[in-house]
Amino acid sequence: MSRLLPLFGFLLLVALFGFGIWWNTGHDPHDIASPLIDQPAPAFALPVLGEPERTIDKASLLGRPYLLNVFASWCIECVHEHPILMTRAKELGVPLVGFNYKDEPADATAWLAKHGNPFDTIVADRDGRAGIDFGVYAAPETFLIDAKGVIRYKRIGPITPDVLDNEIRPAIAALAKESP
Amino acid sequence: MMRHALLWLALCLIPATAIAQAIQPLPFRDRAEEVRFQRLSAELRCPMCQNETLADSNAPIAHDLRRQVFEMMQAGKSDDEIKAYLVARYSQFVLYQPPVEPSTWLLWFGPAVLLVVGGVVVAVQVRRRARQAPAAPPANDTGDDW
Repeated sequence: MSRLLPLFGFLLLVALFGFGIWWNTGHDPHDIASPLIDQPAPAFALPVLGEPERTIDKASLLGRPYLLNVFASWCIECVHEHPILMTRAKELGVPLVGFNYKDEPADATAWLAKHGNPFDTIVADRDGRAGIDFGVYAAPETFLIDAKGVIRYKRIGPITPDVLDNEIRPAIAALAKESP
Repeated sequence: MMRHALLWLALCLIPATAIAQAIQPLPFRDRAEEVRFQRLSAELRCPMCQNETLADSNAPIAHDLRRQVFEMMQAGKSDDEIKAYLVARYSQFVLYQPPVEPSTWLLWFGPAVLLVVGGVVVAVQVRRRARQAPAAPPANDTGDDW
């Protein structure tokens, strides 16, 4: 029995380190759970991209759920995410609001001209202050905000077909069920 | 000779410029405020580049959050209020020293528990061997086991 003790110790260490490897490969360390889930979205009032004299605030978007997609022309992952927004955002049945994060309006407009514009509206957060209120730390990020202005879901990183089908679509379906 | 000395001096100063660039110049009112800012931003973690503090990181979001911390200090907010502000937006992830609460008990007390368990195991082993030792015949032990 005491002869096997070192072996047990060794196996215990193997199990511990194995768990560490499994745990670290199984989750994305950048996917920090947002404390804002199920909290009212922060109040914001931001100019519309390309129409700086027009402002959109939180209240004007209440009444129906919408997706808020944080993007920027400097964001490399946004280019990878963009095709799925172009081809499949419409089928979700909710407005897609662009949140142009820390970007030059001219750069953002040029970027949209090049890659296409899937957004129903775009607000511009040039200095990133509204972004801080939303807990944004990198683009792309996507929020699902319900008709009452509560954040129900957040995706950090690009939307993939898998995320769209298995996370975003069910989340929108759940919203539709609770308020017919 | 002089040129060599200057070159060495310049080389020695390279790290200093790197540090100076990472931190944007902020108009501190006095030295105490600057020290407070440096200490606070060193306790906060950058959400983007996750193993760096807000003080060290050069990520755009760290830049913005430093500006935010600075402005809140100027507005007379306490360290706790500033931390609460960031935790409300970025979760406890931003704290390098998370608060003691049920979800962090393992983190805070786990090492102490492991130490106590290890100590108990060692104590039990030592006692058992001490009890067994006199039973072994010491007279025959010549050390020529080989």
